[in-house]
Amino acid sequence: MATTADQPAVRLPAPSQSWLARALDHKPTLILLCLTPALGLLIVFLSFPLIFGIYLAFTDTRLGRPGEFVGLENYASLFADRTFWTAVWWTCFYTVFATVLKFGLGLWLALLLNHKLPMKSLIRAIILVPWIVPTVLSAIAFWWIYDPQFSIISYVLVDVLGWRETYINFLGDPWNARWSLIAANVWRGIPFVAICLLAGLQTISPSLYEAAMLDGATPWQRFWHITMPMLMPILAVVLAFSVIFTFTDFQLIYAITRGGPANSTHLMATLAFQRAVNGAQLGEGSAIAVAMIPFLVCATFVAYFALARRKWQQGGSDD
Amino acid sequence: MKNWTRRESVALGVGAASALALGAGRARAEIPTADVASPNFPIESGAKLTVLRPSKFVLGDEVLWLENAKKFAEATGVEVDTDFESWTDLTPKAAVAASIGSGPDIICGWGHISHQYPDAVIPLDDLAGYLGAKYGGWWPMAEKYGQQGGKWISMPIGASGGRVVYRKSWVEEAGFDTVPTDTEGFLDLCRKLKANGHPPGLALGNAEGDGNAWTSWLVWSHGGAMVDEVDRVIINSPETVEALKYGKALYETFIQGTESWLDASNNKAFLAGQLGLTQNGISIYYAAKTSEDPAMQALAEDIFHARMPIGPVDITTERSLTVNAMVMKYTEYPNAAMAFLQFMMEAEQYDPWLNACIGYWNHPLQAYDASKVWTDDPKHDAYKHVLKDALWDGYSGSLGEASSAVLADFVMVEMVASVCTGRSTPEEAAAEAQRRAERYYGKA
Repeated sequence: MATTADQPAVRLPAPSQSWLARALDHKPTLILLCLTPALGLLIVFLSFPLIFGIYLAFTDTRLGRPGEFVGLENYASLFADRTFWTAVWWTCFYTVFATVLKFGLGLWLALLLNHKLPMKSLIRAIILVPWIVPTVLSAIAFWWIYDPQFSIISYVLVDVLGWRETYINFLGDPWNARWSLIAANVWRGIPFVAICLLAGLQTISPSLYEAAMLDGATPWQRFWHITMPMLMPILAVVLAFSVIFTFTDFQLIYAITRGGPANSTHLMATLAFQRAVNGAQLGEGSAIAVAMIPFLVCATFVAYFALARRKWQQGGSDD
Repeated sequence: MKNWTRRESVALGVGAASALALGAGRARAEIPTADVASPNFPIESGAKLTVLRPSKFVLGDEVLWLENAKKFAEATGVEVDTDFESWTDLTPKAAVAASIGSGPDIICGWGHISHQYPDAVIPLDDLAGYLGAKYGGWWPMAEKYGQQGGKWISMPIGASGGRVVYRKSWVEEAGFDTVPTDTEGFLDLCRKLKANGHPPGLALGNAEGDGNAWTSWLVWSHGGAMVDEVDRVIINSPETVEALKYGKALYETFIQGTESWLDASNNKAFLAGQLGLTQNGISIYYAAKTSEDPAMQALAEDIFHARMPIGPVDITTERSLTVNAMVMKYTEYPNAAMAFLQFMMEAEQYDPWLNACIGYWNHPLQAYDASKVWTDDPKHDAYKHVLKDALWDGYSGSLGEASSAVLADFVMVEMVASVCTGRSTPEEAAAEAQRRAERYYGKA
């Protein structure tokens, strides 16, 4: 009896495949297919508005009416616009101070939450509340807290404790309004920073701390030489996000001050909206919005590259 | 924002009762009408309407509006959903709808809005012509806001006037029988009110109604204007500088915090007994009068109204906050929209609404002078003729894209606020306003 090995090789006909099945078996096609929805969303909702916004910045388009190309005319006008420069300066100031405070307090909160605490999960959930409450709701709450006539803070200081004679003009004085807005932003942003850094803290191996303690390291030394370096990668990412969120903040300012008093708290985003939508000058509004891009790119690169240096964290040089 | 349906409107209940008690439920005065043939608006099959309009400041406004819309639905089968939008968000929403060509079928926005995008609305000549002929004609300012180039691009449905709202007992305590009719006397009164611990307060935040109203009055009363008759920007003038100096002196008498006030802020402070005087619509009086709280009712007794004082120009220079209905070009149901507006403006619906508002929204059609709302309570009288003798936004030029944009960008408010808060001298602020306004109007 002949074995199968002796028989000539029989080539079985391949099962008939539809064009779709064949296409799905083709790796490049499959990759393209899988990427298409995401690419489509990115192009439609991200790239197109961005490119269209940049185009508008070089036109005199108004709401409901197409415009003509005007070159740098919008920017020339903004260059001489005191309100614009106030908004640029205040946006940078707001971002720097709010971010520093959010990171200082957020890191402190994360370190506290990293300790063994009773009802730790519940406390962590509560901490997140300011961040998950819709911004407009918290902004309205702050609007009342800062009200010149009905502020709860003023009420306590004046009517309950008697520490002041007059109510605090939180939103009427430019500097009071600015610090009030920074406080509201910090209150809202701390949970995001704290929870992200807490996640980073929990990835640090306890053995590092144990070894350091055996070597006699003080708590400060353990923090500075173990916690901080190990936390840097996540710190860099969170910082980059935080800078972007803060720099592009809109809702808090729009709901609490609408850019007042006397335009002193307009961020670039709110001023862009004010000019483009309320003032119907889409071209000029877009120019303000586009002017935010270089600041954002610089801030993000600085935040990311200054902090995300792996070699330094592992004892190498910073080259 | 609350999206009211007809069914929900029925449930407004308790609040409605007090509003109706104010007059909407009572027998109406006979509104004189002419015998004019009604235009024919054949309603499209399956029509339904969405209306965007400003949120209420007096409850009767909303209650009667919804009742009338319900009556229209019952009469025609056209369901009407009304979105009540906050005042400051109304302009951006309308702008976006006009720009993208999608949104509410009817937008009742501020009078200047339709001049910002006249190409996005359907002309209303037939409807406005009919109503004007039937109801004794439109007030001059209603025509000014509704028309562009002689065509009706929108239709005024009401206007709120900024008048002096004051506590009579405190004004008398300051040594005055009533509010002086000249600006110097007015400043004197405000100083004395402050000295007595009952300061005045006028909004200096980006308040669509109150902020624009009093800062426009301030500049106009001293002879300043954003533009001249041929739309040349002239805000940087000695008259404006004088107005700003006066405004700064007036501001020094204000209660603290007015720099951040929005439209509702002076209402709250006045009703809390912290203000001796402000400029506002009749809503403060309405809130006190309809309250069941005896303290509020006592306050209502002490609230009086007066016209804003006359400055060196020797004429009244008040601004009206006009609400104009626009039928948007993108609507699928233009006839239903026009039929709805006609229905709402007919005396059977409009007069009860006017009474329920106690004149908060003033009538644009002259025949409604005969409404009982103007004789029921002498305190309504100061608001009777808002659209008869007010000045318009963009005075003394034309209404159009530029005047609308200047107003919406708060150029006048910011100019006054920057002087009052000490950020700029009057000369610097006027120069900056000139620069901003020229961005919209163009350089001469």
